[in-house]
Amino acid sequence: MHKTSVEISGMGHSMKRKEDSRFLQGRGNYVDDVNLPHMVYGHMVRSPYAHAKLKSINTEAAKKLPGVLAIITGEDLAKANLAWMPTLFFDKQMVLATGKVLFQAQEVAFVVAEDRYTAADAAELVEVEYEELPVLVDPHKAMDADAPILRDDREEKSNHIFHWEVGDKQATDKAFTESAVNAKVHAVFQRCHPAPLETCGCVADYNNATERLTIYLTSQAPHAHRTLFSIVGGIPEQNIRVVSPDIGGGFGNKVPIYPGYVCAVVASLTLGVPVKWIETRSENLQSTGFARDYHMTAELAADKTGKIKAMRVKTLADHGAFNAAAQPTKFPAGLFSVCTGSYDYPAAFCEVDGVYTNKAPGGIAYRCSFRITEAAYLIERAVDVLALDLKMDPAELRRKNYIQPAQFPYKTPLGWTYDSGKYEGALDKALGMVGYKEIRKEQEEKRKKGELMGIGISSFTEAVGAGPAHTFDIAGIKMFDSAEIRIHPTGKAICRMGTKSQGQGHETTYAQIVAQELGIPAKDVIIEEGDTDTAPYGLGTYASRSTPTSGAATAIAARKIREKAKKIAAFLLEASEEDLEWEPGKFFVKGAPGKAKTIQEIAFAAYTNIPPGLEAGLEAVNYYDPPNLTFPFGTYICVVDIDKGTGEIKVRRFIAVDDCGNVINPMIVEGQIHGGLTEGLAIAFMQLIDYDENGNVSGGSFMDYLIPTAVETPHWETGLTCTPSPHHPFGAKGVGESPNVGSPAAFVNAVVDALSHLGVKHIDMPITPWKVWNILKEKGITG
Amino acid sequence: MAKKELIKLKINGKEREVAAEPRLLLVHFIREQLGLTGTHVGCDTSNCGACTVLLNGKTVKSCTMFAVQADGAEIMTVEGLPSNGALHPLQEGFKEEHGLQCGFCTPGMLISSYALLKKNPNPTEAEIRWGISGNLCRCTGYQNIVKAVQFASKKMAQGGK
Amino acid sequence: MIPPAFEYLRPKTLPEAVGLLQQHGEDAKILSGGQSLIPMMKLRLARPSHLIDINRIAGLSYIREDGGFLKIGGLTREAELEASELIRTKYPLLLDTARVIADPQVRNLATVGGNLAHGDPANDHPATMLALGAQIVATGAKGERVIAIDDFFVSLFTTSLDHGEILTEIRIPIPPAKSGGAYFKLERKVGDFATAAVAVQLTLDGPGAVQKVGIGLTNVGGTPIRAKRAEEALRGKKLDAATIGAAAQAAADAAQPSSDLRGPAAYKTGLIKELTKRALARAAERAGK
Repeated sequence: MHKTSVEISGMGHSMKRKEDSRFLQGRGNYVDDVNLPHMVYGHMVRSPYAHAKLKSINTEAAKKLPGVLAIITGEDLAKANLAWMPTLFFDKQMVLATGKVLFQAQEVAFVVAEDRYTAADAAELVEVEYEELPVLVDPHKAMDADAPILRDDREEKSNHIFHWEVGDKQATDKAFTESAVNAKVHAVFQRCHPAPLETCGCVADYNNATERLTIYLTSQAPHAHRTLFSIVGGIPEQNIRVVSPDIGGGFGNKVPIYPGYVCAVVASLTLGVPVKWIETRSENLQSTGFARDYHMTAELAADKTGKIKAMRVKTLADHGAFNAAAQPTKFPAGLFSVCTGSYDYPAAFCEVDGVYTNKAPGGIAYRCSFRITEAAYLIERAVDVLALDLKMDPAELRRKNYIQPAQFPYKTPLGWTYDSGKYEGALDKALGMVGYKEIRKEQEEKRKKGELMGIGISSFTEAVGAGPAHTFDIAGIKMFDSAEIRIHPTGKAICRMGTKSQGQGHETTYAQIVAQELGIPAKDVIIEEGDTDTAPYGLGTYASRSTPTSGAATAIAARKIREKAKKIAAFLLEASEEDLEWEPGKFFVKGAPGKAKTIQEIAFAAYTNIPPGLEAGLEAVNYYDPPNLTFPFGTYICVVDIDKGTGEIKVRRFIAVDDCGNVINPMIVEGQIHGGLTEGLAIAFMQLIDYDENGNVSGGSFMDYLIPTAVETPHWETGLTCTPSPHHPFGAKGVGESPNVGSPAAFVNAVVDALSHLGVKHIDMPITPWKVWNILKEKGITG
Repeated sequence: MAKKELIKLKINGKEREVAAEPRLLLVHFIREQLGLTGTHVGCDTSNCGACTVLLNGKTVKSCTMFAVQADGAEIMTVEGLPSNGALHPLQEGFKEEHGLQCGFCTPGMLISSYALLKKNPNPTEAEIRWGISGNLCRCTGYQNIVKAVQFASKKMAQGGK
Repeated sequence: MIPPAFEYLRPKTLPEAVGLLQQHGEDAKILSGGQSLIPMMKLRLARPSHLIDINRIAGLSYIREDGGFLKIGGLTREAELEASELIRTKYPLLLDTARVIADPQVRNLATVGGNLAHGDPANDHPATMLALGAQIVATGAKGERVIAIDDFFVSLFTTSLDHGEILTEIRIPIPPAKSGGAYFKLERKVGDFATAAVAVQLTLDGPGAVQKVGIGLTNVGGTPIRAKRAEEALRGKKLDAATIGAAAQAAADAAQPSSDLRGPAAYKTGLIKELTKRALARAAERAGK
């Protein structure tokens, strides 16, 4: 790829971010910064019980409080047929409870008042009478004969949501019968939460003069949300405008539609004034899109030399009270079936059962493509267990089983077609960076002295950029995405996309794509996303799909513009199109580089000196439907030291070698890796949303749902290899989620490696000091 | 409702006088009464530091203080970072070193870093990490924030500000 | 999260503050640093009718040696302890402690007096003050009274302060030569309460045997715990491995932790044993200097 000048700053330049200035000066515009005239505030009343009959709601005392404007209950919503709303996955969810509540912190009533203090006071005055029901917390008991049936609204009187299986069971079972070694691991990927620093919220503004509803919304998918609001609420779609302002982190949390949004809309429709609703942190952690909660078993069959022959996976998925998983409709367990990983073997079988429990609903894709974090964790744990069983070095075992470069495009036994990969390249680079031989030697010496040190490897493959439309849709809407480019007469540009940045730096990276394709300096290109009145339709930003889809659309729209620009240049230069050559920024006559027209001159002519037969203007739009997913990969290596006295784990080093194909902005890619690794660290060692036997949630605030500070976070060492995607217009793959997908296994493998000589094969996350200490105590290592 | 108290203070160099209910949290006072929305709320439990402001030269979490307590005080928020028209070396450092992504923690991070450099103009990496340990970031993994503070420290030593 | 309404009172003098406390009864509360109280109010776990803001009362914030005691004003901020040259050079146990309380912003407001008066066994100063053999000065309508730290912590969130009293000073006997202290805290992350923590203050005699020792334990019981048996196991003895081991075991035996998100009770007991060893070694090293 031609590397443009710094002035143009096309692809490959570590351009400083265009969006930074406003954030650095406190001039970002997040949803809670939106203040409209006559705006009022909503506050949610929530259930203290995990499972209870809702006997009565008395709002009298609350209504009497001066400043209270309205109190909405489930029965009020039922009159408008809005007490329930569809989830993103073939289920429905209560907006406000009617009949009963199904999880602690479930939405029961919505109080609207003139200010947020009064709304909070009034919420406390709403008297709700409950009658407790037996609580189902353990997903393993959901199918028991004596389990309470949670969803009596469903025809099927069972807590079972779905059974899904994929692969060749017979061939897989046969491989296991014939194999010399059968390694097995039970691994729970615990319930955790994306917890972006900004919680969810909205300002719903219905104008009864224009009959238009504007919703300022923390939305990763504003266009899809507009359509869903229209379908569910019966409001004509042209009368809804969703504006997703600056978003303080999303990580998948801001993909679903939450009851608070619907209540704010209903309140604004009722009162005719703007209604703001902003979640508290506890509400965010306790009621919105949790992630994971996969209870998995993996087996690997291998021969004595370590060649893997087959994989068998059985998983129980806890979806909570409603199946509010945000994932493509053909995939009840998301893309979990990429669980065969970076390795080449002929047979695999994977089955997943989903169940209801009395917990918050969700199952969202937290910083990953739909269930890929669970999948990558599982295979990378299983490979390490196999290495232990075979007494083989985990790096060499991986090397022996990698899919080889010549095998791409590679069809996996569970049906995916990986686009490209050079797995050994990433492994070798990471091994070199960590000094693998020396560090293994150090470990051996430390072990002799009784010190505990471990090295963990993870060679993950991600599947991102959904989707091809023939396979992927969200609630029926195909997963294409879009870009629209308009070149102004002076050669500057504005572009709009169907995606929505939440910190990923789209305002910079999309501008760099335009700069690369058209030679217009990136600084001259404004990127605007998130306003459904102006941006072309798209499915939004999650699943590392922005670069693979809207990024591709941007390049293709730019190329359309270049085609037209060529015609204009030919007219201006009085040459034939065939005689023109392009370099970023200008067309020139072959063999006469002095005879040239810059893109700026061409743009001016598009409005002032239009060639006969051509339309005026210089703009294009593209809706890009990718032919396949992209499959970024990498190898991560973690080195830990363990304090025998306290069980504390110190991450001494962490090497991350990523391959995301061609890179738009190396600085931004590195930043994404740092952030994702830190989230992986937190998941591996700190985070858990847990429930006691009565369904009381713990980990419901930042006091107990632990976010690492700069002190706990190690220094990350990063590296890149580059294997372009063969089908993406500029060879890029997604990258934002790789570190969160690939790192948990590296952390866990390192801790297990430190303890493996004691017979430890697996520890479930979060690996806390007390878990390590318990093991050391049991093994007689610590007193 | 308890009777309103008159609160007089100086914020970012400007004198302001506003009446408020005693229970009004300083962060809501700053954001809603004074209209300075750069200071954010991220947690409610005094953990995240997105609401950090400088009160009489010291960092405090404005979500864990009543506005009435700040009567007579001098406050600096991110909007008041001294700049003389250009970016403060810290703001410049955050941009140069990619010390921000979603930007939500950034105002609080800047204020904590500002206070740190006032007290310790040439901090070690460990001192920077401890200095910003009351501010959570979900995007950056802190490494580039550390580099941003180091950038500012160097620039300020060269007479940047 | 929104705190409930209250009346705000800002006395200018200590007698005025004490008077207001008495006037408004049990539901009135003192507002000093507010770093424990305000979060509890936001969660609506505390609903004071009146807040008496003592932050503007002059003369409640100081760190000085006087009459054989280190005297710390009740309104002294944790950050001031951290920054104090006197504390840095002479009171390593207090410095260790102040540094690991919450986070920098909280330490700028949180007060030493508040950390003690809250009566929370998860707070860090209680164990430290138990180890240092401190005295608490309470000021009420009848003037000052001095409470020995061993009599101060009554039960969870309850101290021996009367409702009408304000904690105005902490007095710590100035340690003799060859004294040292250390605080070892294991926390899940910066800003967290201790999973368990141990405070040790000791004085060695000429030959290096333990002359005086105090050991306090954080967050392993309904109140902060003084590990008296462990202290006894050390007195008059040199700090060899066997003695340290016996004392650490005695400290662990004194702990009465319960299982929670920070870990099972057995782990916390084990931690007390380990951290006691480490704190003793560090304190002895400092005493030897």
